[in-house]
Amino acid sequence: MKILHSWLREFVDVGADVEVTGEMLTKLGLAVEGVEKVGSAVAGVVVAKVLRTERHPDAAKVIRVFVDSGDGVEKHVWCGASNMTSGDLVPLATLGTTMPDGRLIGSRGILGIDSQGMLCSSTELGLGADATGIYILPPGLQLGADVFAALSVESDHVYDLDITRNRPDCNGHLGVARDVAAFLGKPLCIAPGDQKPQGAPMTVPVKITAEDRCGRFNVTVMSGVVVGPSPQWAARRLTRAGLRPINNVVDASNLVTLELNQPNHAYDFESVKGGFTIRLARPGETIETLDGTLRQLATDDLLICNRAGIAVGIAGIMGGRDSEITSETVTVALETAWFEPLGIAQSVTRLNLRTEASLRFDRGVDPHGIEQSVGRFAAILRESCPQLVVHSGGTDARTSALPPKTTTVALRVEQVERVLGQARSASEIDKLLAPLGFAVSGTPATTVNVAVPSYRPDVTSEIEVIEEISRHIGYDNLGKSIPKSPVHGTLSGRQQRRRLARQLLLAIGACEAMPNPFLAPGDLAKCGLDESTALRLSNPLVAEESVLRTSLRHGMLKTIAYNQSHRVNDISIFEIGHVYPQGAEQLPDEYEALCVMVAESDAVKAMDIWSQLSSGLGVGAQLRQDMPPPGFHATRSGELRRGKILIGSVGEIDPAVLARYGINGRVACVELNMSVVLADEPKTKSAQQISKFPSSDFDLAFAAPSSVAAGVLSKALRQAAGALAVEMTMFDVYRGPGLVADSRGLAYRFRLQAVDRTLTDAEVAQVRAKCIAAAEKLGASLR
Amino acid sequence: MGDMASSNNSDANPISAQIDSALGAALAAITAAPDSEALRAVSTELAGKRSSIAALKSQLGKIDDIESRKQAGQLINTASEAIASALAERMASLSARDMALQVNSEPLDLSEFATASRRGCEHIVSQSQQRLEDVFIGLGFQIAEGPEVESDFYNFEALNMPKSHPARSEFDTIFLNSGEPNSVVLRTHTSPVQIRVMQTWEPPIFAIMPGRVFRRDTPDATHMPVFHQIEGLVIDRGITFAHLAGTIEAFTKAFFGSEFTSRLRPSFFPFTEPSAEFDIRRANGNWMELGGCGMVHPNVLRAGGIDPDEFTGFAFGFGIDRMAKERHNVEDIREMYTNDLRFVRQFS
Repeated sequence: MKILHSWLREFVDVGADVEVTGEMLTKLGLAVEGVEKVGSAVAGVVVAKVLRTERHPDAAKVIRVFVDSGDGVEKHVWCGASNMTSGDLVPLATLGTTMPDGRLIGSRGILGIDSQGMLCSSTELGLGADATGIYILPPGLQLGADVFAALSVESDHVYDLDITRNRPDCNGHLGVARDVAAFLGKPLCIAPGDQKPQGAPMTVPVKITAEDRCGRFNVTVMSGVVVGPSPQWAARRLTRAGLRPINNVVDASNLVTLELNQPNHAYDFESVKGGFTIRLARPGETIETLDGTLRQLATDDLLICNRAGIAVGIAGIMGGRDSEITSETVTVALETAWFEPLGIAQSVTRLNLRTEASLRFDRGVDPHGIEQSVGRFAAILRESCPQLVVHSGGTDARTSALPPKTTTVALRVEQVERVLGQARSASEIDKLLAPLGFAVSGTPATTVNVAVPSYRPDVTSEIEVIEEISRHIGYDNLGKSIPKSPVHGTLSGRQQRRRLARQLLLAIGACEAMPNPFLAPGDLAKCGLDESTALRLSNPLVAEESVLRTSLRHGMLKTIAYNQSHRVNDISIFEIGHVYPQGAEQLPDEYEALCVMVAESDAVKAMDIWSQLSSGLGVGAQLRQDMPPPGFHATRSGELRRGKILIGSVGEIDPAVLARYGINGRVACVELNMSVVLADEPKTKSAQQISKFPSSDFDLAFAAPSSVAAGVLSKALRQAAGALAVEMTMFDVYRGPGLVADSRGLAYRFRLQAVDRTLTDAEVAQVRAKCIAAAEKLGASLR
Repeated sequence: MGDMASSNNSDANPISAQIDSALGAALAAITAAPDSEALRAVSTELAGKRSSIAALKSQLGKIDDIESRKQAGQLINTASEAIASALAERMASLSARDMALQVNSEPLDLSEFATASRRGCEHIVSQSQQRLEDVFIGLGFQIAEGPEVESDFYNFEALNMPKSHPARSEFDTIFLNSGEPNSVVLRTHTSPVQIRVMQTWEPPIFAIMPGRVFRRDTPDATHMPVFHQIEGLVIDRGITFAHLAGTIEAFTKAFFGSEFTSRLRPSFFPFTEPSAEFDIRRANGNWMELGGCGMVHPNVLRAGGIDPDEFTGFAFGFGIDRMAKERHNVEDIREMYTNDLRFVRQFS
């Protein structure tokens, strides 16, 4: 919302200091996003009269203009526009003038003929929005006078305010001024409406069929209208507020909107005199709006129709083309209405059509400010139409949807202190709220009634009244104190373990990636994963990002491919992030996953990473190579299981998958379900006594069938060796001559030790025999 | 040595002279040993049964006079001790010399082995998130987490935004094809976690909720559809707006530095009332808008199962990605999400 400093000053004495005013607006919650100085005089631009114009045979796009700038000497100027005729007054930027855009006016001419200055458009001088031609000045100005002085243009400042949704009243200068006046403790001066007595009755009948959507519909007829340009001040005000001046009628309507936050629409009386019907759109109905667009309507869209039932506008959003004001209009029917905000908001969303009117109606305008608005419209229009007659007999249709003039909110006086930390008595509250138009009444001791005016539809409950109080006390005056937390600030066990996992991953050299969790259809299949459990985005920005990931793998593989193609070496990456496979419930079976990938590394590397994570985090799992996880290398990977629960996968990525991503070399991968892995608090270990007695070592080398996993043999040996085996390591794997087919040699070293005695040779031999027996049971034989 | 042995057998020499002679010979042999290996051989010889000292010792029994025998015994002991000490001394000096030789013979240019760091790097958003978490932990906060896919109830309804609430349209929500149309969303803020915390924890609550959030925003230099937020929630008896301002101030000083200060200015959010934007200012006077905050709306407390007449609370929130972007002077936020390791590795 653009607020003009000069306009604000008409309502309240804010003084001249723009910075102070801006600071105050921000403190009130009307955030100033920018302040622009407008209307600064351009020194050297004078009033000149066009004497004659000439075309030059060799210059098609420019004309020669001869002007008099008051000294009686004919000056020659080249000009790109041709909208002026002899006798017109125009602004002449004399030689040496620096234009607002920085251009210096020199005499460099065309075809060897100098130009003694430049004629300016209103845009070039910052005085208007019309850049199509030279600014034709009003007649009667003194030749040679400074244009800005002659037009009595005063510079001004425009605040660009970010008006939040809860302050509909501040979409007009009046609402902003009211807040400011209350804050400064100064009176609010409201411009009077039209003072002339009303003319003979002229009525436009109004029928509201959609009663719950339209609370009030006022139509006032005004005759004696002469459509023409607005007075200078009005046009300038609109321009500075960001609107284009159109004609005196439309401009008056827009000024009222900007001033009072009361959008309104002036129709040509002739086209609507049969009456209005306010109804919902019919199925399949369309309308051509003012902007020339044919719009498809829904049955929730509210329409304003003429007597024939033909839509002349979408209520609260935009008028239709057929009832526009034209240069022939002499009588207007001014519509000022109140529409139910939510309905307007929904139409705005559906039609994707946002206008100056809709942004006000969908937040809420004052249903009881209509009289003021009509009066103000007439007063503004009368300046350019002295013969204006405001007719009596205007229609003021109301329905049960019309909100009351005030609503009452009960306020517990104590609650102010509970929320704000500062006590305020009922009378102090009254003093703060009364300038905003809120009336405080009732038993002052405990609970008071606050009557909220209809222009503040946002205030409906106690807490909103308290917010008003806090704004007008000033947030800066509410103090700062640190609450003493009775809570022990700490990471939870899970969070601590997650951070530990990150440290372990960093220690193995992995860098963290954060790929997009939105995938393209087919991406999961590309990784060798099932896509049917993936959720889809109902409204994706692009189709390539319409599938919600069920695995981190695609993002990791894409990252590897990207980095390989950018010649990055030593690609080792990880991500800890959520994945969202569809579940049985409304919400998916979302869980936190970890994926580590190392390019140009094999399954051995993957096992090493798993071992680091496993020992670092204190989590164990069974490696099940009989079930290669999908998307992994069929013979170089395995599932990590804890009983029936799958906690992850380890191994190499399927070469077919790698080929689809164009990745070179093998890729080692560990994938873990962190929601499971981080859940368990590792057991606190009790100290084991370190034996003071000598230990005995022995080695065993087996030829084990390839079908028996080393892990299985190791587990069997460990069990067989029992508690006396304080250490057992597999120290060699041998493949080569001297072994039966389909087997390899696995060599183990055992260290036996007891805490209470030196072991006898017999005891050692017994353990050794048990180990051999256990291995033989698995088909392995001693080598 | 042979000379020594022959002189030992000479009856012409009194035993004391023989001892002197044996000692002298032994000491000469020790001094003459050129390296520790030779010295060890000498040592073995001198300690052996056939050494001259041992031979003299064995002759002691033949001395009849007790006094003379005693005297001779003492002389032998003294000689033995002198030999042992000379051996030890010589051994120490030879070992030191050998060690020095070895050390000088095996130089290593360590700079040949200087390698680039192989430690991995965390994403700068994670780094910022952890720094923020640590600051709030210091202020007595715990960290709450929740799902990223949320129901309409937790993302909107419980946050005082019933179905038709117009503010919903400002959230650029991404919906999922699960359940009823538009009933499941990718959370647009971490506020749903606030509701879950209220429902499951008991006040006093001092919690932050960092995490990933989603908006249907076209990516540009300052926006990503997937980004990160951190929110805070404090609920207890007697919590006021002044506590909110004090907490924001304490955080500002702890995270940015003591030369920073903060201010609150009125704003609007459906879930807080009164609501505020909070700005921080460096000592040089420039304000930077950081996030939103306010007193938790009574309707939100109710949705979380907390009685607003007994408890009050405040909440605040801001973006983590922007903090990381500003901290590391990243020009375009999209750069942070290319996953180009050359970018990531800068921030180890």
